[in-house]
Amino acid sequence: MEILVYLIPISLILGGLGLGAFWWAVKSRQFDDPEGDSRRILSDEWDDQPRP
Amino acid sequence: MDGSVERGGLAACPACAALPGVGEVAAGGAAEKELLLSLPEIHCAACISGVERVLAAQPGVASARVNLTLKRATVEAEEAVEPGALVAALVAAGFKAQELDAGLLSSTEADRAGRDLLMRLAVAGFAMMNVMLLSVAVWSGAEGATRDLFHWISAAIAFPAVGFAGRPFFASAAVALRARRLNMDVPITLAILMALGTSLYETIHSGAHAYFDAALSLTFFLLAGRYLDYRTRAVARSAAEELAALEVPRAVRLAGGAEEVVAVGELAPGDMVLVRPGGRMPVDGVIVEGTSELDRALLTGETRPVAAAVGQVVSAGEVNLTGPLTVRVTAAGKDSSLHRMADLVAVAESAKNKYTSLADRAAGLYAPGVHILSALAGIGWFVATMDARVALNIAAAVLIITCPCALGLAVPAVVTAASGKLFRKGLLIKDGTALERLAEVSHVVFDKTGTLTMGTPEPVNLGDVPEAARRAALSLAMGSGHPLAVALTGALRAEGVLPLPVEGLREVPGYGTEAMAEGRVLRLGRAEWVGAEAGEETATWLSVDGAAPVAFTFADRLRPGAAEAVAALKAAGCQVELLSGDAPGAVARFAGALGIETFRAGVLPAEKAARVEALQAGGAKVLMVGDGLNDTAALAAAHASVSPATALDAARVASDIVLLGESVAPVADAVTMSRKAVRRIRENFQIATAYNVIAVPLAVAGMATPLVAALAMSASSITVSLNALRLR
Repeated sequence: MEILVYLIPISLILGGLGLGAFWWAVKSRQFDDPEGDSRRILSDEWDDQPRP
Repeated sequence: MDGSVERGGLAACPACAALPGVGEVAAGGAAEKELLLSLPEIHCAACISGVERVLAAQPGVASARVNLTLKRATVEAEEAVEPGALVAALVAAGFKAQELDAGLLSSTEADRAGRDLLMRLAVAGFAMMNVMLLSVAVWSGAEGATRDLFHWISAAIAFPAVGFAGRPFFASAAVALRARRLNMDVPITLAILMALGTSLYETIHSGAHAYFDAALSLTFFLLAGRYLDYRTRAVARSAAEELAALEVPRAVRLAGGAEEVVAVGELAPGDMVLVRPGGRMPVDGVIVEGTSELDRALLTGETRPVAAAVGQVVSAGEVNLTGPLTVRVTAAGKDSSLHRMADLVAVAESAKNKYTSLADRAAGLYAPGVHILSALAGIGWFVATMDARVALNIAAAVLIITCPCALGLAVPAVVTAASGKLFRKGLLIKDGTALERLAEVSHVVFDKTGTLTMGTPEPVNLGDVPEAARRAALSLAMGSGHPLAVALTGALRAEGVLPLPVEGLREVPGYGTEAMAEGRVLRLGRAEWVGAEAGEETATWLSVDGAAPVAFTFADRLRPGAAEAVAALKAAGCQVELLSGDAPGAVARFAGALGIETFRAGVLPAEKAARVEALQAGGAKVLMVGDGLNDTAALAAAHASVSPATALDAARVASDIVLLGESVAPVADAVTMSRKAVRRIRENFQIATAYNVIAVPLAVAGMATPLVAALAMSASSITVSLNALRLR
């Protein structure tokens, strides 16, 4: 059962990472235009990365 | 964050590489303003990049970003940039665009509330998953110190997570309790807090059962319902705001000989206002200068324009057709007839708000029921065992099991699915209970002008008019902006008629146009002016130097989908009626063409409302479809109401549903869809009840372990959501 000492923190950290990523995505307004974003992926134009 | 991406995007965009200064503007932070443009017709990736490229190529534009979900573009530009120029550039490139009044759009505020709810949902979701992971270990047999450790870790996650995520419920429950009422949030809050409290107690005493996962999944599923509900309303609200923002209410005030553009709200009685042809009267007043014709269709439903001369009283909402008019304001703002009508609407609205939705009715039964049930279970066990710990555990289990997850999701999941489908068909549901009210409709009352017709005239007797007269009429009609003249020009051009060469073409405001050809005077205009007898039909007359005048008669163009809508509504079992302020002849012909048996002509606004009320007093549930000021009272009085997007502001405010497109066919779709939606909602309630019927006896018997609670809760929530998705 000693393995739990590692496994529990790992599961908590992974969960926390997921939550952090979601928080970042909401904060940077990535859910503002879901429909537009699903179309933009088809566009040939790119923004700042990668630079030509 | 956002801005830097935008500016980077600009630098890489080939269209603006050739545009010097854009980078400097952005970097230098010159005076910038944000403009909003409505793009009603964009729908694809090519549209997005096309619009952004056009906007970015305009001088002074720092960045442009299209939001396809809202069909809107946000432009950051220098102070000097005119929205009109941007719109013109987009229209030239083939994109329909309109300026939006940013002040009327509270999108940022709404966004913040939505993001806040989404964050709480996410926290609840992630915490739920972690705790569930630990709970599964306990359920599959972890014992002793391991179980206690898992319970403690669960508690450490659950308490802060619930404290953050459950705030909306706690706040709402506190408000309700302070007002000595019971709402849905009171049992929710009690269930969550009791689940956490008893679980903590059990954990401290190394108990076998802890409901931390139940408390979290309860919060998660309920927040999901709240978020769906919020989203539907936010979409409807932002679209409704957009409709309002499309009409920027301004007026031209004449002060000391100079013209100044002011907001309509700033006008006071005694001011002089200039109303140009095509403009809408912003206020009630008296004409002091100019002659013209007025279109009163929105106020009275009458299609024929009325002559306007000095001394005549005008009301806000009328449209000036031919010549410029100077109007002395007699009543503005709150006192104007438009506003008085809006007050009438407010009175009727409060009556409509008394409608209790299905969810409220369910909550009214549910909230006291679970409290009593849980208290009885607790007391019963205490009497039987004299053990407060067991009794409290049982009471908590009953509260958790009967959790209104399914109830909380039952309505929003269906409403979200239904209003999404209707929105794609061009219907905007403004009110939360509109779908339910629409489903009960038994009578449909239509207004004619502007609702079943486009409100634009169309010549009907061109075939009977000799070629020479047609050529002369075309030349004369081309010289005027009057709706009849514009319609005539379009129709004659479409038939390939060539204009007669004329000299000295001039428009006589309020009467018509006049010109010379081959030494003869040609006139096109009002019957009295050309020496003809005005008939009952809408017509314009052509006279050639004293010869007998020739009439061009007009009929209002039918709105597309009108016949389909009437047929579909009849097929759905609704009685269809037509109430119009127009002349009897026109209304009868029109009703016959659409297959409407019951109709009334020359109806006054108050009579429309009275008719709706009379029908409803007789037990009918009326759906009113109308667009004008004369319909507003009826729209507000009806059980449910629909107005087209071209309707007057007051009418749109009074109605529950706005038709965004040109066709009226979606009205019938709305009725059938709402009936299906209500059927699904009822099914969902039945599913939720069925779960409770099975689970509650288990809980009362003390057999509801945390595993059973988790299974029942998730299963009922998921079934209810899936059932909502079945909506077609």
